[in-house]
Amino acid sequence: MKFKTQKIAYWFFLSALGLLALQIIYGFFMGFAHMGMDGLHDFIPFNTARAVHTNLLVFWLLLGFMGSAYYIIPEESQNELYSPKLAYIQLISFLAVGVTAIIAYHFNWWEGRKFLEIPRPLDYLVVVNVLAFLFNILMTLFKGKKQTTTALVLAMGLLFSALLYLPGMIWFDSQTLDSFYRWYVVHLWVEGVWELIMGGILAFLLIKITGVDREVIEKWLYVIVGLTFISGILGTGHHYYYIGAPSYWLWIGGIFSALEPLAFLAMALFALNMYRKGEKKHPNKAALNWTLGAAITSFVGAGLLGAAHTLPNVNLYTHGTLVTAMHAHMAFWGAYAMIVLAIIAYAMPNLTGRKLYDNNLSRYAFWLSNVGMLGMTVAFGVAGVAQVYMERILGVDFMETQKEIEPHFLVLILCATGFTIGITLYIINFLKFGKPTDEALVAE
Amino acid sequence: MLTKSQAKLFFLAGTIIFSVLFLGLSYDTQMNHVANQPYEKTITPAVIAGKHLWEGNNCMGCHTIFGEGAYYAPELTKVIERRGEGYVKGLLMSPTPWGEHTSGRKMVAYGFSEEDAQYLVEYFKWIGTVDLNGFPAKPKYKIEKNN
Ligand code: HEM
Ligand code: HEM
Ligand SMILES: [Fe+2]
Repeated sequence: MKFKTQKIAYWFFLSALGLLALQIIYGFFMGFAHMGMDGLHDFIPFNTARAVHTNLLVFWLLLGFMGSAYYIIPEESQNELYSPKLAYIQLISFLAVGVTAIIAYHFNWWEGRKFLEIPRPLDYLVVVNVLAFLFNILMTLFKGKKQTTTALVLAMGLLFSALLYLPGMIWFDSQTLDSFYRWYVVHLWVEGVWELIMGGILAFLLIKITGVDREVIEKWLYVIVGLTFISGILGTGHHYYYIGAPSYWLWIGGIFSALEPLAFLAMALFALNMYRKGEKKHPNKAALNWTLGAAITSFVGAGLLGAAHTLPNVNLYTHGTLVTAMHAHMAFWGAYAMIVLAIIAYAMPNLTGRKLYDNNLSRYAFWLSNVGMLGMTVAFGVAGVAQVYMERILGVDFMETQKEIEPHFLVLILCATGFTIGITLYIINFLKFGKPTDEALVAE
Repeated sequence: MLTKSQAKLFFLAGTIIFSVLFLGLSYDTQMNHVANQPYEKTITPAVIAGKHLWEGNNCMGCHTIFGEGAYYAPELTKVIERRGEGYVKGLLMSPTPWGEHTSGRKMVAYGFSEEDAQYLVEYFKWIGTVDLNGFPAKPKYKIEKNN
């Protein structure tokens, strides 16, 4: 590491991994419930488990993004962080809000809109918190010596994420409009501005790991984020097919969302090409694996598995079935979870000075979690396709169908166990690095 | 070959053009389409009260409505048409978890008051009137169960 204040990133990464572990536990509750074993119902009903699972996911990814920014922005702009104190306050308050929300879900206090379950008063606290974060990052960036493209794209992704959170806070009497503007947050995050964050982190990692010239990498970064917005903004229409919006969204959403995989394909090709081109063989193999893995898995999970059900005539049957859950898992994993795990793997040796670059633990962590997630995706997919045929085409009752597909959830749980072992190894490896220290400072 | 400044222009132009288009279409959807639907004028206070109950209890955490939500419990867009008002009201007011004896899955025993259950029914009735471009599709077949 080059700047003392980059150490702050460590505390964000540590918190993120803790919440990931908790997210997985609630995933198991739901997996068992789908198998017909809903024993926790009286204490943690399914809707509680689900809200906790998905909100923890978003929380830990945001913590990961913030940690990435605290690591990357000082280094890119060659400047110590504007206010380390504000960063710590922001971390602690963000965690406090998150934990309060998670506890609230166990007491039927929420705003039951998918992915935006946080109770309204807590929403305002999130907004204040994110403003503090952005202020800190932007001050660092603009007071720094340089404003690189990588840093700007990352900062822009974070800023737009904050802005897009606001439409999700408006109350509508009409369910159609409620849903319409909810997608301004959910879709335009994951298929829009978060791709800027991912692209920024990816570019940073590729510059460091492959040693390819910054100008080349940043040129392609612009192309990728350009493709993202050209396809992804109107691609929001793939959520407007069946909610009461006008029928022109069927073809606008269909065409533009079908183009969305291009951005992910570009990202995968970009990462692989830069890797091949790079002369520098960075010793941090773990970081390399996660970086290339994120670029490839996001193309499969988001690009291919998203495209599989994005056309209106397919989506009419798969909309709101386990097919969606199949895609959701691999997309979130490949694009956002893996890129956060990549930057952590890259940053830890630099923050702590311990060069655990390429050990068995980190290799097993990578392969077990990825193979486990692939298996989970297949299990969800098989269950989902069976559900579509039985319920939506043959007209079997919902609950009867669910009974028939229970065995696939046993497979899900087995694969999820492999996945969980992988994540556990990752966390053990993380903890083995110990705490960040000023002794790890290196000059340019 | 593409230069970095051309790539930047591609990004900025794409972002601005498509953001403007999207905002325009959003405006059209809300003001010219949704606002003019006959059912938008039948959102009564009871329907709104039902929507508050729907969100306040996170029903979407198990069910879907308009196909949005969770995959644990049935789609409810056409639930009144499928089950009738009485059945729905009964399960909402039930003091014991619905489904306890019939399937492995249980619904939270909300034990709603008659009034609240009616609000939710009004909400579902309203939901059932929205024009959804053909969702949920009618199944192609009708299967009988062998006993
Ligand atoms: C990293 C990027 C992505 C992530 C994290 C992601 C995640 C998700 C999630 C969580 C949902 C469920 C949303 C809900 O029902 O509330 C969803 C739905 C959907 N996604 Fe993605 N997605 C990504 C990219 C894509 C792409 C590129 C496409 C198309 C090519 C796509 C197509 C779809 C479609 C069509 C649905 C609606 C499914 C339904 O009707 O139930 N997604 N996605
Ligand atoms: C042990 C691991 C896991 C298990 C057993 C598991 C299981 C589940 C189950 C059963 C659901 C609920 C589907 C429903 O509504 O019926 C769900 C939802 C979800 N999970 Fe997981 N999960 C696990 C890990 C993860 C991970 C690592 C991620 C992200 C990288 C993730 C992201 C999601 C998302 C985005 C949803 C919402 C999907 C949708 O609405 O379409 N899960 N999970
Ligand atoms: Fe989407």
